[in-house]
Amino acid sequence: MTLDKPRLVQMLRTMIMIREFDERAIQLRLAGKIYGAVHPYVGQEAVAVGVCTPLAVTDRVTSNHRGHGHCIAKGADIRRMMAELFGRVDGYCKGKGGSMHIADFAVGMLGANGIVGGGLPIACGAALAAQLEGRGAVTVCFFGDGAVAEGEFHESMNIAGLWKLPIVFVCENNQYAANNAIGAQHPRIDIAGHAAPYDMPGVVVDGNDVLAVHAATEEAVARARRGAGPSLLECQTYRWHFHAMRAACPPETRPAEEIARWKAGDPIARLEQEMVARALLSADELRALRQRVTTDLDDAVAFAEASPFPDPKDLMADMFAE
Amino acid sequence: MREISFQTALDEAVAEEMRRDPRVITLGTDFTGNPVKEFGASRVRFTPISEAVLTGMGLGAAGCGVRPIVNWRMVTFSFVAMDQVVNQASKIRYMFGGQADFPVTYRCSTGGGIGLAAQHSQSPYSMWMHLAGLKIVLPSTPADAKGLLKSAIRDNNPVVSFECSRLATLTGPVPDGDHLVPLGVADVKRTGTDVTLVGLAYYVRESLAVADELAREGISVEVVDPRTLVPMDVETLRESVQKTGRLVVVDEAPATCSAASEIAALIVEDRDTFRALKAPVRRVCAMPVPVPYSPPLEQAALPSRLDIKAAVYDVLKESVRGEWRPA
Repeated sequence: MTLDKPRLVQMLRTMIMIREFDERAIQLRLAGKIYGAVHPYVGQEAVAVGVCTPLAVTDRVTSNHRGHGHCIAKGADIRRMMAELFGRVDGYCKGKGGSMHIADFAVGMLGANGIVGGGLPIACGAALAAQLEGRGAVTVCFFGDGAVAEGEFHESMNIAGLWKLPIVFVCENNQYAANNAIGAQHPRIDIAGHAAPYDMPGVVVDGNDVLAVHAATEEAVARARRGAGPSLLECQTYRWHFHAMRAACPPETRPAEEIARWKAGDPIARLEQEMVARALLSADELRALRQRVTTDLDDAVAFAEASPFPDPKDLMADMFAE
Repeated sequence: MREISFQTALDEAVAEEMRRDPRVITLGTDFTGNPVKEFGASRVRFTPISEAVLTGMGLGAAGCGVRPIVNWRMVTFSFVAMDQVVNQASKIRYMFGGQADFPVTYRCSTGGGIGLAAQHSQSPYSMWMHLAGLKIVLPSTPADAKGLLKSAIRDNNPVVSFECSRLATLTGPVPDGDHLVPLGVADVKRTGTDVTLVGLAYYVRESLAVADELAREGISVEVVDPRTLVPMDVETLRESVQKTGRLVVVDEAPATCSAASEIAALIVEDRDTFRALKAPVRRVCAMPVPVPYSPPLEQAALPSRLDIKAAVYDVLKESVRGEWRPA
């Protein structure tokens, strides 16, 4: 896939939207307009966008608790996402799921997931379905470095390698499993190194470089499409904010120097600079693009606030299919 | 009518559904017979011993148009996949607002009585009943086993098929052709007027045997088999108890928070059924211990015909109104 100007502008726009969506979600949660927990994806935008850009609508992704970015990158409608955060009937799950359970099966987004590692087996099932269909569809499974310590990660990698499932395992190594640093989680910090025993390529990618993530994903997706089996991408990135918030933002416990270093490698600023340097984007265009994101988010919030709350008489609807 | 074993009936159900619908596949570490020969290795998948991924794969594939049958073999092994059962399968449709259906069938053997000791003698269906979101079948005869499993495979929801170990080799009549038993419909296996015995799985047979013995003493026992635990056919159960006025529930799971407890509650919390009761409701269940290995200990842990009989005598003796006399 050539990354021509329209495509790059689209990627930049999606990254900015992902960041601003979650910054808005934090403000809405602090204002008590939305409920439950928010797990901001801010800082990791290059991974979702770099991975999802080469995917077709018939390709599928599974996500985790930090899933807003994956939804937006896969093509979900931010108005229905916002309505879900607001707990309204026009939300993707009619208000039954909330932030941690947004899904849009129509665009191949098979769901966020509140359990670390819980999406990996489901992704393997989607990949098995694609293998049986034989039309070359691929499944991408997003998870964090924390999931690598889960049994479900190893079971999924094992069976995917054994059956050559058309799946790309995308580990977003954001350096922290909840509030615990990666060095306290694994005896050896080498996530990509888990690929070899399961007979698949393991690639370390600069997860703050959307073009590098895109290139690595294209190769892994091509491999999966031709039936050559799975890959593991370790995208090294950083979570700018806390692991999770409820009514208030928790205090920062990570070293200030570490946060500053990663923020200096801001994935959005890097793409902007690259595009400006290649004369693909003017300052005016960038300003207009950012303004459009703000307008779209205002529109999404207005849509959500205008949507009614679910009627308690529908509590039991959607339990079972006919 | 031809007589086949419970296990053969289950195997027939899977083979017929795989023949009928090419979307049906089966995953497991082993299979009875040689289904690969007829259906090929892409639809009959020998898997590693990886219960979590197996359980989640069934669910994920089901959400993408496949109709998987996942065979845990023993229910014990499903506990290795608790996340996928409890957090995923039972909730996935509802929490996503019903955007997709998940037609996956999970199969497992259940129950004790064959010397397999604590881990492999469990009957934990009430744990799954409690989750809300899984349908559950628990057949007691070869015909019901076949008909319920076929309906489970055709159902568009996650269904768990509990298949009682002690019934596997027992034979019974099974109709020819496309024999289906709908989910959520109980079966009155024997009609009677004095006491309702609700048995589950193996204990339907035991209840019928006890009913035969008691008939010779002039006691008329009705035996009801719920067959499906979710959804539960509460109307049939209440109708029977409204007629007899007495209820004994028999199962080999320990009584605490059991299917037997649920059935007892469904009976007593209904005003008309409560009014019809002539005696306290009794549960005949396993002792609250891990099932032991040695035969005398195992027999002491699980309900016996004597226990069932004693409970029937008790509810007749303990009548709070309408004293019972032999017919």
